[in-house]
Amino acid sequence: MSLRIGIDIGSTTVKVVVLDEQNKLLFRSYERHYSKTRERACETLHSIQEMLQGKQVKLVITGSAGLGVANASGIDFVQEVYATAAAVNTYIPDTDAVIELGGEDAKIIFFGGALEERMNGSCAGGTGAFIDQMATLMNVTVNELDELSLKHEKIYPIASRCGVFAKSDIQPILNQGGRKEDVAASIFQAVVDQTVAGLTQGRELKGKIVFLGGPLHFLMGLRQRFVETLKLDEEHAIFPEDGDCFAAMGAALCATDYEPILFEDALKKLEESVDTTTLVDTMPPLFQDVTEYGAFCARHNAKRPPEVDIKTYEGPAWLGIDAGSTTTKLALITEDGGLLYTYYQSNQGNPVSVVLPQLKQIYQMCGDRIEIKGAAVTGYGEDLIKNAFSCDLGLVETVAHYKAAAHFNPDVDFIIDIGGQDMKCFKIRNGAVDSIMLNEACSSGCGSFIETFAKALGYSIADFAKMGLFAKHPVNLGSRCTVFMNSSVKQAQKDGASVEDISAGLSISIVKNAIYKVIRAASADDLGKHIVVQGGTFHNDAVLRAFELELGRDVTRPTIAGIMGAFGAALAARDLHLEKSGILTAKALEKFTHVAKPATCGLCTNHCSLTINTFDGGRRFVSGNRCSRPLGEEPSHLPDLMRYKYAKLRALHGKGQGDGSRGKIGIPFGLNMYENLPFWFELFTKLNFEVVLSPESSRKLYLKGQRTIPSDTVCYPAKLLHGHVESLVEAGVDAIFYPCMPYNFNEGVSDNNYNCPVVAYYPELLAANVPDLKKVRYLNPYFGLHRPKDFERKASEWFFNEFQVPKRETVAAAKAAYAAYDAYKEDLRATGRAYIEQARAEDRPILVVAGRPYHMDPEINHGINDLITSFGFILITEDSVAYLEDKAPRHVLNQWTYHARMYNAARYVCTQPDMELIQLVSFGCGIDAITGDEMRSILEQGGKLYTQLKIDDISNLGAVKIRIRSLMAAIDARKGH
Amino acid sequence: MAKLVYDETGRLLFTKEMKEEYTLLMPQMLPVHFGMMQKLLQNEGYKVDMLTTNHRGIVDEGLKYVHNDTCYPALLVIGQLIDAVKHGGYDPHKVGLLITQTGGGCRASNYIHLLRKALEKADMAYIPVVSVNLSGLEKNPGFKLTLPFIRKAVYAMMYGDIIVNVANQVRPYEVNQGETDAMIDTWSHKLVTGFEQGKGMSRGQMRKNFAEICDDFAAIPVQGEPKIRVGVVGEIYVKFSPLGNNNLEHFLLTEGVEPVVPGLTDFIIFKIYNRVSDVDLYGGKWIKKAACKAFMSYIEGCQKDMIQALENSHRFRAPGTFQDLHKLVHGYLGDGNKMGEGWLLTAEMLELIHSGTNNIVCTQPFGCLPNHIVGKGMIRKLKDDYPTSNIVAIDYDPGATKINQENRIKLMLANAKGLSHQESAAPRTASQEEGSRTLTHAGAHA
Repeated sequence: MSLRIGIDIGSTTVKVVVLDEQNKLLFRSYERHYSKTRERACETLHSIQEMLQGKQVKLVITGSAGLGVANASGIDFVQEVYATAAAVNTYIPDTDAVIELGGEDAKIIFFGGALEERMNGSCAGGTGAFIDQMATLMNVTVNELDELSLKHEKIYPIASRCGVFAKSDIQPILNQGGRKEDVAASIFQAVVDQTVAGLTQGRELKGKIVFLGGPLHFLMGLRQRFVETLKLDEEHAIFPEDGDCFAAMGAALCATDYEPILFEDALKKLEESVDTTTLVDTMPPLFQDVTEYGAFCARHNAKRPPEVDIKTYEGPAWLGIDAGSTTTKLALITEDGGLLYTYYQSNQGNPVSVVLPQLKQIYQMCGDRIEIKGAAVTGYGEDLIKNAFSCDLGLVETVAHYKAAAHFNPDVDFIIDIGGQDMKCFKIRNGAVDSIMLNEACSSGCGSFIETFAKALGYSIADFAKMGLFAKHPVNLGSRCTVFMNSSVKQAQKDGASVEDISAGLSISIVKNAIYKVIRAASADDLGKHIVVQGGTFHNDAVLRAFELELGRDVTRPTIAGIMGAFGAALAARDLHLEKSGILTAKALEKFTHVAKPATCGLCTNHCSLTINTFDGGRRFVSGNRCSRPLGEEPSHLPDLMRYKYAKLRALHGKGQGDGSRGKIGIPFGLNMYENLPFWFELFTKLNFEVVLSPESSRKLYLKGQRTIPSDTVCYPAKLLHGHVESLVEAGVDAIFYPCMPYNFNEGVSDNNYNCPVVAYYPELLAANVPDLKKVRYLNPYFGLHRPKDFERKASEWFFNEFQVPKRETVAAAKAAYAAYDAYKEDLRATGRAYIEQARAEDRPILVVAGRPYHMDPEINHGINDLITSFGFILITEDSVAYLEDKAPRHVLNQWTYHARMYNAARYVCTQPDMELIQLVSFGCGIDAITGDEMRSILEQGGKLYTQLKIDDISNLGAVKIRIRSLMAAIDARKGH
Repeated sequence: MAKLVYDETGRLLFTKEMKEEYTLLMPQMLPVHFGMMQKLLQNEGYKVDMLTTNHRGIVDEGLKYVHNDTCYPALLVIGQLIDAVKHGGYDPHKVGLLITQTGGGCRASNYIHLLRKALEKADMAYIPVVSVNLSGLEKNPGFKLTLPFIRKAVYAMMYGDIIVNVANQVRPYEVNQGETDAMIDTWSHKLVTGFEQGKGMSRGQMRKNFAEICDDFAAIPVQGEPKIRVGVVGEIYVKFSPLGNNNLEHFLLTEGVEPVVPGLTDFIIFKIYNRVSDVDLYGGKWIKKAACKAFMSYIEGCQKDMIQALENSHRFRAPGTFQDLHKLVHGYLGDGNKMGEGWLLTAEMLELIHSGTNNIVCTQPFGCLPNHIVGKGMIRKLKDDYPTSNIVAIDYDPGATKINQENRIKLMLANAKGLSHQESAAPRTASQEEGSRTLTHAGAHA
């Protein structure tokens, strides 16, 4: 029998194995291919030429990037999960399940019973590439990340769905001084959660589990997280010696069934296939030639501030610090904006340790000649740096950037800043920041993204970016989020695109992402006439060029594009006109110490992950909190209608006015219940049922039901329901009632009165996916409340059939239920009116938070309401003002009850000078792709700002704060006019 | 030149004048069906062009003018229309756009509004958009769906379904490549020519045509063993449209399997039935219910004719009736589950499994709301109830790459081949622990 060769070409590595007749490994290799897949495979085969020369071999290719190679070379291909299953079946026959993590794929195989093999969907991080990205973010190697993780003390919750989400969770933790060890372990935990949640889809992981693939082979910390999470002992957690090559081994096993071929012929086939494919989807080059590039550079380099020699200058100076997400920037300026000193460096996850030596150096250079008369700080790490070094002013990034941009172009009407992690775009109207667009957590195709790719392909960011300038055929990579771009790059690699073309393609992708997805612009005029671009990413000439080409308009890029935030902060410090800055003196800096300790606040259900920073002299700064309770202060008690409604609904349990004799009815506290609970509570208690509510939502509750979620892209409010119904089963209720409701109440202001498909039908999904529901009587009938008479009839039939309730009794209870619901609505409106009156009496701004009723759940909104009132707003909800407007034609089909309320609330806000509106949007809410644009147009036409907050299972309050503070700054600016 | 006339809500109308002067552009979803539909519209006196473009520029236009989180079909349909207006050689002031509108609780009923928003963004708000719907939404003086026309459209749909059905059963086995597609062209042409002369549009003539279609396709020379069958279900647009699903059927053919794609008829009956069940569930006018029921039973009658013809052929597999599908879904989803493809999608998967097509690709636009429930949401239960079912859910999206999609489909196909090697189907009860290890991976026995 001939030798069998398996080649596994993955997204980042090539694995080659040779098996003998007894399935013994004669050779194995595992190497990174840096996108040169075919070449790498050929090289490896050449290296074992001696062993195989002149022999008949059986050769099969597998792997996500192997398909293209196989097609091009005419060598047989097997799918890699299939191959892995074959290998496991042969080598570890009594396995119950396999978890394999690869560069960009995660796979799970269940044996026993029905065979199930699954791969991650197209939107899923939590793989090797994700770990690489996270390591880059923390500026450590993957191995160092692993070592760090083994020394963790606590685990932070980090979004496990998507790499980009996780990044925005990790960044604030790092910037607020969280320990790297803890973050490292949390990253691995996120991978575990992602795998378990995304792939098991309701099937339990138990028995003997085999772990395969590169990351699980090399990373002990990751192994530890899996073993602990799945509660496995040594006998049941198997990490095979060649676990990184199992797919290749499986391919070799599968080769048994194929025809043998002379080794030299096989190698030749593979070699000759090189460069046979052609690219289909390409774009014109960024620059035709060097001359064009020269003119481009000359135009942009003209925009530079004067530089002043710090060694000779005498007089006052102002310091600006921009503690950004991945980089820290400093600028020291003279009165007229002359640059004395600038600094731009990756902060390696700890801005304090970067700023400290810089400050010392600045003091040293200043000597006695220069006096710092003011210091301001902006950026993600604003609070930390401000407290650490006693800066005079902290300001929101948007304002800092506007200040800087206006310095170069007083007429500026549009600013776009692309930094390492975030993208900020805003319009300037009447001298104030007007409309703000931030990248949503899911599309952070920003600077660090190119950097990660550069590293993955083995280049420095600067070299990589330059390579794209003169690329002949930039690849069209689409304009979606990082995870999608990963696969686009993979496809381009498969098609044989050069690194140059990929580099240019990535730059263009970032630009398209910014223009079409974040800004939602169709033409240059949607942006403005005087566009200033800034942020470190625009230092990349390829990105800048792509931006100008895409818009068809020249823009201004100051030479200090990377430090505009710091420059703007310095200008703001100057404008404070202080006699003397309060910033720590050179002397004080010598004694400076900083210790960061993690803690979890237990003072309310938010369970904020706190970081307690202690500085020399006992100065303390707590970060990560949403309210002032952990600081020992009572939280703000400004009126908050979300809180009011929530408390009112939570009180609706027990027997009410009935005697509870008909048994306990469990009601899951989620989705449509946030609207209809007053109705159902009255109905059931009137009929002498006792109502048992599921517990308040929490992350723990979510994790409880996580394994039964079939679709990982559905919204978080829906995902929470799995935990809710499971806990009701445990509570021992007689039945769980969760009706399917395609229709909502008809409030007469819309074309139709639907619920969204998820709200409407989730009860049926639960029935099909939560095994525990088989243990209980689960009632999920279809009901419509929009036709009261028909409901009475339908309900009385249903209650008679299910519970033998006399029909007359149900009819009476239904009438009472409608009355109870109306009373609830009226109370809400009256309370809203009272809050508005109070706001006006106390001269406070009013913020209308528009979303779905379930957005009042603190686990869904992550305490955003607390944050809003802590800024001095009085908070009311959309349903407390929506009734004040009538039906009006909309530019969309106005057919969902909840959304109709939002449109009306927005219209009402436009008529009230002291009201602003924020729209809450759950990630994954398809409906809000439609409502968002419509809300924006209503508010902008009414002269109001449109602010949208996207929320998911993990809170990234940083982005929320920027928006709320920018909104406040705009309100202030408007008052000034 | 036709004047621009607006209704009281400010909607631009498609006037009678426009009917004379303008060319209506329609997107394509099902090549055979829509081709005949186009001809029917032309017979009614409209100038109609069906768009068959398929290139990256369509997606780019879509991304530019449609909210990028909107479902993929909207992005494609609108991208295709705008691309055609801009680059299709038309006078933009002499075109109107046709788009279907379903009017359910799904986002899809907003496509027409998204199209108008897109036109506004593109500075082409002067182009009238015409809604094609059966719900009485948005009327236009220059465009009316008359009852006789609807009847013809139903016939076109039935012909389309039977042709696609038999073609799918012949194409994977044809001896002379291209012969099946040539036969499709022959029949489409023949039927359309017949329509012009008023032929083929009675039940009797349709039955005769059905039989002839079966005969003609059965006469195409075939060869080879029966191939593994793979069902395709999903969101209506990505399920059918090659533009939407990256030429899925073609891919399946090159992988050496036989695609089985349930037709359009059930979807239409389903949409009508929803109105009946709405009245049953929540109350409403009996007259509306009765009218819908009558329309429904008319189409169901046509469907039965089609099934009869297929069965009579003794050559082709026939699909189940709408009522068969409806029965199958009992215990999975309720009648009220009607948004998007609703319970029909799950029912189609069940019907495929029951008719021996265990391998299924469930296609959906990324983030499709109804499919969270009726697609991905039901796969667990189907796997529990039918352990040999082999379903893969594939997301379609402007950023999703073909390679990722194909790799996942290949996994499903690898499983399919494994399952088909099994001597007997896996036992359905979960009680046996011993005998359940029935893996038949190619290399497993080495």
